Amino acid sequence: MSRAFTPKVITANDLLIGDVIYLTADDQWSRDHAAAELIEDEAHAQLRLLDAQRTKNAVGAYLADAKRGAHGPEPVHFREAFRTRGPSNYAHGKQVERAHV
Amino acid sequence: MYNYTDFDADFVRTRTAQFAAQVARRIDGSLTEDEFRPLRLMNGVYLQLHAYMLRVAIPYGSINPQQMRTLAQIADTYDKGYGHFTTRQNIQFNWPKLVDIPAILSDLADVGMHAIQTSGNTIRNVTADHFAGAAADEIEDPRPIAELLRQWSTDHPEFQFLPRKFKIAITGSSTDRAVTRAHDIGLRMVRNDAGEPGFEVIVGGGLGRTPLVGTTVRDFLPKADLLPYVEAVLSVYNMLGRRDNKYKARIKITLHETGKEELSRLIEERFDELRPLFGGNDQALLDQITAAFSTPELRQADTSAYAAFYKADPLFRSWADTNLAAHKHPDYRIVTISLKAHGATPGDATSAQMRLIADLAERFGHSEIRISHEQNVILPHVHLSDLPALHAALRGSGLETANVGLISDIIACPGMDYCALATARSIPVAQQIATRFDALKLEHDIGPLKIKISGCINACGHHHVGHIGILGLDRAGVENYQITLGGDGSETAVIGERAGPGFAYDEIVPAIERIIAAYLEQRQSPAETFLQAYRRLGLAPFKAALYPDEGKRDAA
Ligand code: HEM
Ligand code: SF4
Repeated sequence: MSRAFTPKVITANDLLIGDVIYLTADDQWSRDHAAAELIEDEAHAQLRLLDAQRTKNAVGAYLADAKRGAHGPEPVHFREAFRTRGPSNYAHGKQVERAHV
Repeated sequence: MYNYTDFDADFVRTRTAQFAAQVARRIDGSLTEDEFRPLRLMNGVYLQLHAYMLRVAIPYGSINPQQMRTLAQIADTYDKGYGHFTTRQNIQFNWPKLVDIPAILSDLADVGMHAIQTSGNTIRNVTADHFAGAAADEIEDPRPIAELLRQWSTDHPEFQFLPRKFKIAITGSSTDRAVTRAHDIGLRMVRNDAGEPGFEVIVGGGLGRTPLVGTTVRDFLPKADLLPYVEAVLSVYNMLGRRDNKYKARIKITLHETGKEELSRLIEERFDELRPLFGGNDQALLDQITAAFSTPELRQADTSAYAAFYKADPLFRSWADTNLAAHKHPDYRIVTISLKAHGATPGDATSAQMRLIADLAERFGHSEIRISHEQNVILPHVHLSDLPALHAALRGSGLETANVGLISDIIACPGMDYCALATARSIPVAQQIATRFDALKLEHDIGPLKIKISGCINACGHHHVGHIGILGLDRAGVENYQITLGGDGSETAVIGERAGPGFAYDEIVPAIERIIAAYLEQRQSPAETFLQAYRRLGLAPFKAALYPDEGKRDAA
């Protein structure tokens, strides 16, 4: 039996400032993980990744594991969790900037 | 201080203008990321986890006050008010916006700095002993040679597309403060029987996924033969180095696969061809360069204030005991300014700290500043009588920590707080170890100890050559830290031994504490350093301390 497909979001970095971004269901890039489209079908994931890789202002789009949460998709792996926050040694990045976007 | 030639200045300006156009074409969509990536990497621009990163070279670690102030201004204008000094004598800015990078490069070019060859499969920034030109144990200042190598390697057409990155380190002392044995080429100055200076040439050292101590291919290379010899090594590597497999592409693998004898033979053969072609031009250039690296005019002054302060002020005494090194002039000292305040990020300096360092270098240090691969800042020439005032000026700035060479003077790579390749965090581990041992008030009692931490197998934090090395890994989606013991990056270089299974993020500091407790218990006297004790005792007692339950299980 093939392994069950784990849900994914599509994430990348913004071309201009490098900030972490997520692909939403309506083809926008959001700074907020919870706004991402949670993709639960493997074929759809591959198609959406191709869409993402064709957009102009996103760099290095890839599929990252995610799970359904109360307010939208949540990261599964710690690397992706760090990417939703920023570095742990300073209050820089999303953890302080989220309020402004 | 060496000033770059007009040729260099023009080259950097042209490169900056080209890059500005490339950035514009990337932003308007004419260049794809695949097309742009190699161009940005050629100019030191990486894309990390949260933002772009710009890596700026500090050739052989030498920087002047004006350049330091420019770095501070860049940090304030384009970044978040700080910079990160790295183990390769570079500075990294963690938050530049892509559109601003051409302006940053232009500001850098104004003071003769750049980001060229800080990335890519080229000859990287040549690193040198950070005490160069000042150390009491030095045969000669290695920086003229480092500068000669920089000029020769910059944009060298034959060596822009090597099989892999290529790193050269050089030291002018027999004491190796530049980790020469862990570089693609390590050059260590020695004297021959006639007393003439030359180099021991070490090839094929490197850390990363295949850590190896370099192999000596020449015990004594006359100084005048250096450039053709280095070119011969590069030339042989360029031909033989594997381009089919990135993990087998470094010269250490070439050496391993070709064998030392055959590789040496090929190098010597190529050297015989190349040497006549240089025709002495390299030596004429070296003479010019050497003149620019002369020692500043040292002062004659009364030194009694130093002794008085040393006796009277315990904070000054503690700082003097750890942060000063012997200078070739008996009335001078080499000052290491620690960028390792307990709990701070190793190697980070705020713009205010950079400006203070620039000011102090002008007031007390003949305007010379060095950056060490151990992520600290050096004022190489300070007169004894100025040390109390220097220390007083550092106090309250976060730069006065008396911990150089001690357990909290940790090398740590950016790890998963910044680096896209990381498998675990390294900075918070360094912060916690430093804070913990500061709270225990043990670090001066523990004495000389080098902890080095990397956030993945690439080993940018040199963990293999740490007396205690820590490697952060991802084990089934959880951060896990592997410990190596007994590593050494000096002239007696050794790759550390793996202690056993790794530790979880919240177990790593207690694990380090157990190692230290075992050392304190077992050392013969406080004079026996951790490394000496390890060499005497071997892994067993430390392993027992790290994994106490295993001992119990065996006994049962
Ligand atoms: C975006 C950040 C960085 C990236 C992508 C990166 C990438 C790498 C990679 C891939 C290697 C392995 C090369 C090989 O084995 O062929 C390496 C080695 C190395 N890096 Fe980094 N690095 C980064 C930051 C740093 C920093 C901040 C430092 C200094 C603190 C550093 C110092 C080194 C050193 C000394 C090595 C040599 C290890 C060896 O001998 O192979 N790097 N780096
Ligand atoms: S060792 Fe790994 S995590 Fe650390 S800077 Fe190098 S590539 Fe990044």
